[in-house]
Amino acid sequence: MIGSLSIVWALARKDLLLEARNKDVIVSIAGFSLLVLVIFTFAIDLTPENARLVGPGVLWASVAFAGVVGLNRAFALETERDTLEGLMLAPVSRDLIFLGKALGNFLFIALALVIVLPLFTVLFNLAVFRLEMLAISLLATVGFSAVGTVFAAMSVRVRAREIMLPMLFLPTIAPLLMAVVESTGHLVAGRSWTDMSQWLQLAVAFDVVFLIVSAFVFQYVLED
Amino acid sequence: MTSNVHGEPTVRAIGLQKSFGPVGVLRGLDMQARAGETLTLFGPNGAGKTTLLRILATLTRPDGGTAFVGGFDTQAQGELVRRVTGSVLHSPMLYGDLTARENLSFFARMFRIPDAAHRVVEVSERMQITDRLDERARTLSHGFQKRVALARAILHAPRVLILDEPETGLDQSALKLLHDLVDDYRSNGGTVVMTTHALERGLEMGDRVAILARGKLVFEQERSRLDSNAVREAYKHYAGLESADGPRTDEDETGRSRHNQ
Repeated sequence: MIGSLSIVWALARKDLLLEARNKDVIVSIAGFSLLVLVIFTFAIDLTPENARLVGPGVLWASVAFAGVVGLNRAFALETERDTLEGLMLAPVSRDLIFLGKALGNFLFIALALVIVLPLFTVLFNLAVFRLEMLAISLLATVGFSAVGTVFAAMSVRVRAREIMLPMLFLPTIAPLLMAVVESTGHLVAGRSWTDMSQWLQLAVAFDVVFLIVSAFVFQYVLED
Repeated sequence: MTSNVHGEPTVRAIGLQKSFGPVGVLRGLDMQARAGETLTLFGPNGAGKTTLLRILATLTRPDGGTAFVGGFDTQAQGELVRRVTGSVLHSPMLYGDLTARENLSFFARMFRIPDAAHRVVEVSERMQITDRLDERARTLSHGFQKRVALARAILHAPRVLILDEPETGLDQSALKLLHDLVDDYRSNGGTVVMTTHALERGLEMGDRVAILARGKLVFEQERSRLDSNAVREAYKHYAGLESADGPRTDEDETGRSRHNQ
């Protein structure tokens, strides 16, 4: 168990080290999210009522779209020099490679959220810094990275990968997106945990199911 | 590494088949390589050499047939196969923004090597890359990257080495290192399966040579039993079946190496 965790951490640590040197993925995710948020502030008449109504949807849609851009970049880096195949030559099970890559992607999306959430608060004038937001962000990030990792690995080998990843990723995460948008809606309306509990349960169920399914499918995605 | 016991098939393929779309690349291929032996595979482009090595390295699933490496099934026991196998394929497969040392240390962790730092220095000395260990991989020449890839392949002291045209991009001193490495493996009871287009070098390094054409082994012989002319003639004969490419001489290879630098 400790050996497996060490492999998963070694993979994620390697991705973080590479990211610290080239900053491709976090800049893609955070930059794209911020751009979408800013554009929406121009496109919508942001009265307090409108902000509460559309803010949560805009926030998570921007993160989901930006996630596509970042995940594409993350896997492109692994294939540019055939390093994904290098990983596959290591005597570790494919699901550990999946977990390591998913952990790396989780950290990238989480770091991007740290940049995006304060700007969202300022632009939409909504107070989201509560404990509930931590839980919502955690659930969203786990789901995005689990589903995104397996679909990015699948898409990276096809010619039209920029199109393929969003075509697969966005419809699949629709239930999770709905759950986190609704939960955030309750949060900005000042409601409590109990009001959002059914949506949080849906998000938890989504994450559990897709973590297991993605880890299982990943090995078949990798091999020719 | 195992003791030097000839006769034990460490690598075995039985009826391997693989197609990519309508193109049949391997068509019921049978082969084996024993402990303490270097098997050199020649073959024209498209003969299926790389596909065979990728199946042995567990990167590709065959459509039919089975392959065993170190006694383990490449499909059902991939993790165990990779534990006893070191592979260097066409690409060095290195992270360009990590240094050579970071690349090797990362893979040492992936191979669960206990004293990783020490082992990294050990294999680096073996491949004579210690002076450039702290340079980013992308700044190294292709030949040096290949040396790092060879160092990575032997990090976990595997019983089987799988080398796909390992001489590509290597200068004379690196070729000598490669030659010595293969010799050491063979003499210590390891198994080396390698492909090459450099006929003379392949003959020099291999205990047994085989020619792959049309997805099958069409020629196989102990080196001790034949001269290079016989292999050259056989190669030309079988290569003519599907490709106009002749065998590369070592001179061609050196030229290609220079071009790659």
